[in-house]
Amino acid sequence: MSESFDKKSMIDEANLAYKKSEVMTENVLSYCPGCGHGTAHRLIAEVIEEGDLQDKTIGVCPVGCSVLMYNSLDIDMQQAAHGRAPAVATAVKRLMPEKFVFTYQGDGDLAAIGTAETLHACNRGENFLIVFINNAIYGMTGGQMAPTTLPGMRSSTSPHGRDTILMGNPLKMTELVAKLPGTYFVTRQSVHTPAAVRKTKKALRKAVEYQQQSKGTCFIEIVSNCPSGWKMTALQSNEWMEENMFPFYPLGDIKVPEE
Amino acid sequence: MKRELRLMKGNEAIAEAAIRAGCDGYFGYPITPQSEILEYLMEEKPHERTGMVVLQAESEVAAINMVYGGAGCGKKVMTSSSSPGISLKQEGLSYIAGAELPCLVVNIVRGGPGLGTIQPAQSDYFQAVKGGGHGDYKLLVLAPASVQEMADFVELGFELAFKYRNPVMILSDGIIGQMMEKVYLNPQKERSSENLEWATTGKPAGSERTIITSLELDSAKQEVFNQKLIDKYREMERSEVRVEEFQTEDADYLLVSYGSSARICQRAVDLARAEGLKVGLIRLITLFPFPKKRLEELAGSVKGMMAVEMSAGQMVEDVMLSVCGKVPVVHFGRMGGIIPTPEEVIENLKTKIIGG
Ligand SMILES: Cc1ncc(C[n+]2csc(CCOP(=O)(O)OP(=O)(O)O)c2C)c(N)n1
Ligand code: SF4
Repeated sequence: MSESFDKKSMIDEANLAYKKSEVMTENVLSYCPGCGHGTAHRLIAEVIEEGDLQDKTIGVCPVGCSVLMYNSLDIDMQQAAHGRAPAVATAVKRLMPEKFVFTYQGDGDLAAIGTAETLHACNRGENFLIVFINNAIYGMTGGQMAPTTLPGMRSSTSPHGRDTILMGNPLKMTELVAKLPGTYFVTRQSVHTPAAVRKTKKALRKAVEYQQQSKGTCFIEIVSNCPSGWKMTALQSNEWMEENMFPFYPLGDIKVPEE
Repeated sequence: MKRELRLMKGNEAIAEAAIRAGCDGYFGYPITPQSEILEYLMEEKPHERTGMVVLQAESEVAAINMVYGGAGCGKKVMTSSSSPGISLKQEGLSYIAGAELPCLVVNIVRGGPGLGTIQPAQSDYFQAVKGGGHGDYKLLVLAPASVQEMADFVELGFELAFKYRNPVMILSDGIIGQMMEKVYLNPQKERSSENLEWATTGKPAGSERTIITSLELDSAKQEVFNQKLIDKYREMERSEVRVEEFQTEDADYLLVSYGSSARICQRAVDLARAEGLKVGLIRLITLFPFPKKRLEELAGSVKGMMAVEMSAGQMVEDVMLSVCGKVPVVHFGRMGGIIPTPEEVIENLKTKIIGG
């Protein structure tokens, strides 16, 4: 971190709405300004801290913009090959059943190259949490079409907009996994407003609780933005997300445990 | 140490030896001619015997990544497959080598390319010893020639994998996988409950977190890491070369072979000696590290060498590199699942080296 950036002088304690979680490291996040990944990381860190789970957590981050997640979270982590986090996490959890295990996957990772690993882990009901960041684009590689790219949406490999006849339809993985007997809790959230952040955090808390009861796979999709890939400002991207992404990927619980 | 005598298939011996070696997890996908490994394990309920986890994965890709996850937790984990499945595992193996994780991978080779044949072959030599996946890395490769060695190399393989924090491959073939022989099995070892300091086991309060990764965005650091790997492989070359020699002391001609081909060559040596030909055999037990030095020495005392392998000629290239043109080196091999006979070996030795 640069020497000139003195947090103490810039942030007045009295004005702090919340504090950085102890489970976040001091490293600067590697994300573009306004990207939802950072907020999602923070929430995971907070839930781990609140649950006193730092020494019991093993996270798995595959390839994608969040490949360096292990630089941000002060927990044991494994970096997995593109798409393979659910397979990696399957073994971690089965060999260390007393740990809290989660994966954190992008849409390219989870819904394209890693579709098989994701569906089969969910179908087996592996006892870990999958956090699925759906930004409808390949962020890390520079904004190519993802399996979740909306019909008509532009990307560097669908420069004239996604033509569903030529390029296929967007895949709603969350609805799909909700149908599988192995999943216990499946929900779709976002992190673009304070209210949405609170809801996502609540979902994460529930997932952690269910994981401790070994009830099956918990799956939280976070519909998120990619200002760089979408070629918008952070604010524009959030508006665009509300107008275009949410109608196609409606927020809310999809599968909740019977009380 | 009291060893138990059993009559077993090579594949079954691997499975039983894995349970007894204290293996923590096996992840695999069916493919002929190695499915007995997974079948035997499922039948044995190792979960009840030792607590070992056995899982049939959705693919070889998933299986090798499960191995990555388990190895990252410091566990003794393994997978097995045959040629097409091993091809699918290559990205995972590269990650495992790049993250410096220990594991055991068994390849019961069948003929290729493509779907090829389910009959035995030794045509995956290059893939096994030259890295196989992307990037500069090596597997330590053991080549059993008997059901006994199938069992013994499981324990040895795990030992070497943890010693070097590197994947170890048992490179065998359908002959040894499927044939039955007597085998002495070691007594049950306890599974280790030790938390290794490099493994992800949950960050203990007050200590540094553990990260399992093969990513390094800083080229200078990546090069230092590459050098570290090279040093590790050089150390293997100094310390881990294993061969078995038959009648090499007075040999005029040397057969170089491994695995099931080496057993055929052993018979060929006997037949040749009965004819008055001074033929010897060096059987390679480690394929990487390769016995370069010993072959170089033998090049000083023999008139020629013939590499015998069930392939179009792969190991022969390493033999040539080792002897650096000092003596003629030729290749004899059958392909497509055809097993050479000892008589064919002698005939080829005569026409390609002795007569030529
Ligand atoms: C086997 C393999 N294929 C392709 C890549 C290149 N690659 C890296 S990340 C990525 C897509 C990332 O998109 P996503 O999973 O949606 O995550 P995001 O970056 O948007 O967060 C691709 C194709 C790779 N690393 N490995
Ligand atoms: S490329 Fe997109 S997903 Fe990646 S950090 Fe930037 S904004 Fe976020």
